[in-house]
Amino acid sequence: MPPEATADHARISDVTGIAERTLARKILASQPFWVTVALLALSVVVGLYQPSFFTAQNVGNITRNFAPFGIMALGMTCVIITGGIDLSVGSIMGLVAIVAGLFLTWHYPWYVAFAMGMLAGLACGAVNGFFVAYVGMSSFVVTLGMMSIARSLAVVFSGNQMLYQFGPDAPIVKAIGQWKFPSGHPESIFPHWVPAFSSHFWVMVILAFLVGYVFNFKSWGKHLFAIGGNEQAARMTGVNVDAIKFQAYVFSAFCASVAALLILGYAGSAINALGQTYELRVIAATVIGGANLMGGSGSAYGAVVGSALLEVIRNALLMAGIDSNWQGAFVGAFIILAVLIGMERSGFSFKELLRHMFRSGKGR
Amino acid sequence: MSLLRLKDVSKSFGAIEALRGIDLEIAPGEVVGLMGDNGAGKSTLVKIIAGNFTASGGSIELEGRPVEFLRPIDARQVGIEVVYQDLALADNLTAAENVFLGRELKKGWGPFATLDKNAMVARSGELFEELKSETRPRDLVRKMSGGQRQAVAIARTRLSKALMDEPTAAISVRQVAEVLNLIRRMKAQGVAVILISHRMPDVFEVCDRIVVVRRGSKVADKPTASTSPEEITGLITGAIHAA
Repeated sequence: MPPEATADHARISDVTGIAERTLARKILASQPFWVTVALLALSVVVGLYQPSFFTAQNVGNITRNFAPFGIMALGMTCVIITGGIDLSVGSIMGLVAIVAGLFLTWHYPWYVAFAMGMLAGLACGAVNGFFVAYVGMSSFVVTLGMMSIARSLAVVFSGNQMLYQFGPDAPIVKAIGQWKFPSGHPESIFPHWVPAFSSHFWVMVILAFLVGYVFNFKSWGKHLFAIGGNEQAARMTGVNVDAIKFQAYVFSAFCASVAALLILGYAGSAINALGQTYELRVIAATVIGGANLMGGSGSAYGAVVGSALLEVIRNALLMAGIDSNWQGAFVGAFIILAVLIGMERSGFSFKELLRHMFRSGKGR
Repeated sequence: MSLLRLKDVSKSFGAIEALRGIDLEIAPGEVVGLMGDNGAGKSTLVKIIAGNFTASGGSIELEGRPVEFLRPIDARQVGIEVVYQDLALADNLTAAENVFLGRELKKGWGPFATLDKNAMVARSGELFEELKSETRPRDLVRKMSGGQRQAVAIARTRLSKALMDEPTAAISVRQVAEVLNLIRRMKAQGVAVILISHRMPDVFEVCDRIVVVRRGSKVADKPTASTSPEEITGLITGAIHAA
């Protein structure tokens, strides 16, 4: 720039010494980074006490277990960035599995069954999106209603029975859910210590890259963040707020449907209780990964790493031989801790709060 | 020559006539205060100019050419912008992202077009430079001072020719001062401004001309210098029939 343009005023960095945010600063200030650190630290500790933790088989299992949550967390992140919430994802899973399962038991080809299941899931998402975006209802209420409706439909459609007689395409469905890469066979070209990653995991990875790409390089992603930051400003500048919110709920339902179909394939059966209470774990994973329930922040990587951390905690407790009934307490404590750390990063000081409480307590 | 010209604009919703025969002209660099009681037709008029509503009758000309706005984006594309008095920025985005919100620069083709971040950062950097503001395009708006936020709001409207400033919920005294300062700076850039406000002192401070609407009709259009707050109050309430 020409020197005369800046001659009449000092540069802000000269005055305050604040440098523009570098990449390193951005990373250090991001919650997903610290969750990754926690994940690695926890893994190392568990690995030291339980060498079986790092076996190819356990890594393959863990990545398969959390992948459906990671997939759903990606959709949930989109909704949470807009400042909404989707409580219906668990029930949508149940409905999708039952609808797809029914078409399979009626001996339809697998792709018809999957398409019908997906259609059912997307319809739920569209209903959510319509009432939240266009009617203007609270997302909590609408998706709470859908949570009940979708679960109830799943129970009714299934006749409250497990579906498992999947007709001629059963092997294909199972192959989709149980596919692995590397294959894990002894004659595979990959060495035995490379984990056999499940199709669930790979689907999650591809979706995560896709979502991350959209968040960072597409105007749709920027608009999503703008809606969460200041909905009125977004509307005023010509962002199609209603359409984007609608699409966020449909995408969340899409992710839940994908997860349901993968689990259906893996289990080779469909139960109407699939996904029960999953919405809480998905929301927890999203929040741990740095999404703010007030809207405006969140990331694809955070969603995945948050889900991974929850699963590793669960797995670690299991390996340590702690009664599985304790899992809820640990996971709950972690959610609160993660949000607290997130608040600390954005300027809230827990130390200040304690000092303040202590002082005002003494004053009275 | 006037920048924006409304001729005999009317708007009815069914049997209700919200606006009747409104004529209004604004020159570049002119600040017009639009005043009127609640329900007088101010916001209907604004929404017609901003493209939220289409007029039932009459015409709008921009720089002598007739224009028709079917959607808000049509109005924005020819340079008419609504600025909210709380500046309406998305705190969680960067300065550059706010400047280009809703009209992002893209590179690539069709569905594969991606955001051209470098171009947006460079262009908004130039705008801040012109405004002599120490606002950095990549900084988050959340961390900015009042003056920097204001620069972002101005930079966003730099490409526009006319804008309307609409009151939102109650804003602080300091924000009011910032808004008035913003209007003066816009005026200096040759932008025509319509200020919609209930606050008499503000209107008298920055406006060249004051237009009063009552029950859907324009009842006064006077230079600020030749009127008084008392007269305007009378015109708004109907105590003075017309001026």
